[in-house]
Amino acid sequence: MNSIRALIVDDSSVMRKIVDRSLRQAGIDLSQVLEAGNGAEALAVLKESRVDLILCDINMPVMDGLEFIKHLSSVENAKGVPVVMITTEGSESHVVQALACGARGYVRKPFTPDQVKEHVVPILGGES
Amino acid sequence: MRSSVNETLAGNGRHEDWTPLLELAAREVFEVMLGCQLAVSATEEEVRLDTTSMVGLAGQLCGLLSLRCDGKSAALMASKMLGVEPDKVGPEMSDALGEVSNMVAGNFKNKISGLSEGCVLSVPTVITGTDYRLHSQADSLGVEVRLLFEGMPIIISLQIRS
Repeated sequence: MNSIRALIVDDSSVMRKIVDRSLRQAGIDLSQVLEAGNGAEALAVLKESRVDLILCDINMPVMDGLEFIKHLSSVENAKGVPVVMITTEGSESHVVQALACGARGYVRKPFTPDQVKEHVVPILGGES
Repeated sequence: MRSSVNETLAGNGRHEDWTPLLELAAREVFEVMLGCQLAVSATEEEVRLDTTSMVGLAGQLCGLLSLRCDGKSAALMASKMLGVEPDKVGPEMSDALGEVSNMVAGNFKNKISGLSEGCVLSVPTVITGTDYRLHSQADSLGVEVRLLFEGMPIIISLQIRS
């Protein structure tokens, strides 16, 4: 698997660091990690930068994660970029809704690096 | 271990049945995200805990989940989450404690049949200090677990508006 650029979207800076660390512990080679505190900030980041993977919380102020992925198709840099939701919202309806909006994976908090690996690596074309 | 929100709120079940679920939810969060085991606290004595994180619940279950601890515990939680020494934590302490309470609340509601779909969580709020009174709309029903985090007391409470 090649080195990738990731965007981590979560209103908690602590959680962004944990997701970053979990990706690295999962053996994913990160060349660059960009961060955003909500969906609107993430869209602004994506207008300026191209990434290979987006990891996104659902419950966030300003623009939540589901609203964010609905807007992704309008951003040229974000077209085709896989999104994995990482959230405390564990209901079936949230999962279905996220996948319907275009998310490719769903990880429930609390999570281990192995769970991140299990959901992220296949999306990036590797073996989990 | 699962319970039904409808049975409990309709009076067919007892909210005390949720105590082990709340404890399990907390234990799982601390084990997975902080890499440590919580122990049961043997004492019922009032302890002075000056750091409180609160998460609101709305929808099918309305109420408030709070996690209380002292500043030293909160700093240690943040240090374990961030992988840094406790004295290097700084302002991220509140963020970390808020995330812990958010994950405990989310993990708890995911363990109750019917609640995961019908209940949403607020973003967490963290208060430091002890000179305050909490006046939430929650009434009568309440669940509380007292645990030890690295030997230090933490109290997790769920107040439910019946």
